Amino acid sequence: MNMDMTNKILRIFIILWGIFCAASAMAQAVEEVITITEGNVEPTPIAIPDFVGADGKVSAIGREIASIISDDLEGSGLFRPLSAAAFIAPTAVDGGEPDFADWRPLGADALLLGRAEAAAGGTIDVEFYLWDVLRGALIGAATGSISTQAKRRIAHQIADLVYKKWTGDDGYFDTRIVYVAESGPANKRIKRLAIMDQDGHNHQFITDGADLVLTPRFSQSVQEIAYLNYFNDEPNVYILDLQSATSELLGSFPGMSFAPRFSYSGESLIMSLARDGKTNIYVMNLSTRQITQLTNTPYIDTSPSYAPDDSQIVFNSDRAGKGNQQLYIMDHNGRNVRRISRGKGRYATPVWSPRGDIIAFTKIYKGDFYIGVMNTDGTGERLLARGFLVEAPTWAPNGRVLTYFKQNPTNEDGSGGEAYLYRIDITGFNERRLITPQGASDPAWSPFLP
Amino acid sequence: MIFRVLTLLAALVMLAACETASGRSGTDGSGSDGATVSSAGTAEQTEAAIAELTTIGDRVHFDFDSYALNLLSKEVLRRQAAFLGRNPSVRITIEGHADERGTREYNLALGESRAAAARDFLVAQGVNPSRIKTISYGKERPAAIGSNENAWKQNRRAVSVIQ
Repeated sequence: MNMDMTNKILRIFIILWGIFCAASAMAQAVEEVITITEGNVEPTPIAIPDFVGADGKVSAIGREIASIISDDLEGSGLFRPLSAAAFIAPTAVDGGEPDFADWRPLGADALLLGRAEAAAGGTIDVEFYLWDVLRGALIGAATGSISTQAKRRIAHQIADLVYKKWTGDDGYFDTRIVYVAESGPANKRIKRLAIMDQDGHNHQFITDGADLVLTPRFSQSVQEIAYLNYFNDEPNVYILDLQSATSELLGSFPGMSFAPRFSYSGESLIMSLARDGKTNIYVMNLSTRQITQLTNTPYIDTSPSYAPDDSQIVFNSDRAGKGNQQLYIMDHNGRNVRRISRGKGRYATPVWSPRGDIIAFTKIYKGDFYIGVMNTDGTGERLLARGFLVEAPTWAPNGRVLTYFKQNPTNEDGSGGEAYLYRIDITGFNERRLITPQGASDPAWSPFLP
Repeated sequence: MIFRVLTLLAALVMLAACETASGRSGTDGSGSDGATVSSAGTAEQTEAAIAELTTIGDRVHFDFDSYALNLLSKEVLRRQAAFLGRNPSVRITIEGHADERGTREYNLALGESRAAAARDFLVAQGVNPSRIKTISYGKERPAAIGSNENAWKQNRRAVSVIQ
């Protein structure tokens, strides 16, 4: 695709706000937002018939779009798409109300009806209506024209709307994941950066595996990825620009730079510098390239992560004593350091929720690894996943789903040791593996796409 | 609102076309085995030096989550210091490693601390610090394969490699 095509998409891009706003107004009148909390995980039954073409019959594109939406919603664990075999009512979109009496006996609480058909200039016309079957009310609708390449994104965005209308939380389906693809034996593992949609589609390898690469993280704009690269056997933080597909060394520092994360504002990047046996946390202003030291201890201070307002930083440190790795929060300027983790075991890789309320972490206790969450004052610890080696939680931008990786034990013959990505709802249910072409580790979930 | 514009699309298609390009200037980064190039001397001399270093002990081991040198490690490093004294043209890289029972970033720091501990000891023995480079591989390059105590013990190490 080229820039002309992009402009064309922009030009033909139309939203019929009238329909959407009318639907929203209707929704406000009758809609009750259901917030799903722990213990309430009965999935919402939803009917998603294949989208139809102009002739009222199912179109190939319509089938594909409905299937993507259905997979997204089913994968969240919060929806139960009903079998299409039971659908007897007409699924055409004619602007009128469906006959709810046809849908209620199937047990459908929600009904998504849509139209999708190829139009001139390589575009697709899409229109959909989300109905609350129990109340007989329209709660969301939109229509527009998109490029053929945007087919999957539009389907994800429709799924996001359904998720939002039913849970009250933003959906996370129209997002991406960057991670480290792994292949080869445990002692000569080849690691490559790879990027994909959150459902595993549109998968691309970014680096060729010649250099060891670790811990990629998105910028808030989703245009840059900060990561650790062993180019020339000198491990340092690089920034990959997705638009130009080039990587740039962040800077030359005394010692190794690693553990990078962008600030939410995009103005700075925090990381660790290891030098002379000490690892401290530094912040770099990305405009001036000025670097400021935030911690100054003879210990290991690493894995820093910003609060969503960039006012504070959570990190892990062994300053409480050797072998006693714990979580600490400090102000953005390095002041006011206080320990927050108080439970048994070692705590690592803290990641502040994009909602700001809780912190996800890796915990090592009695030989097992866990993924957990705690409040920012260290209370309310809950462990969600456990395994031989589980590590590196990363938040969906809606702050209610985590992805991480699990690695199997390695056998002495070199077999085993595979790592894969998993996802879990923060209420601790619906753990699922993400399908990747090879082994996978160090996931980073993108912010909401621009 | 729901039909957001697809600004990333062009970038990613371009990306697919440049899958292997990382856009860095410089060399292709080959020769990463560490022992392929000597800073001075002939290939034969380098071979001999590598053999000698292997004989006297090229690595020291550490307790779990520790970068403290024990008595045995110090003895090995004294021999390495003497070796470096006998071979003034040799430069080394000390590679610090960790076992797999820690998180990735913490283990990178731990590997650096182990390499630094070995380097500091050599420097205290009179080796010029400019002859020693350090690098941490964290848990990325295990020497022993297997998820068991014996393998983990072998993998918690700092290895001196001739540049």
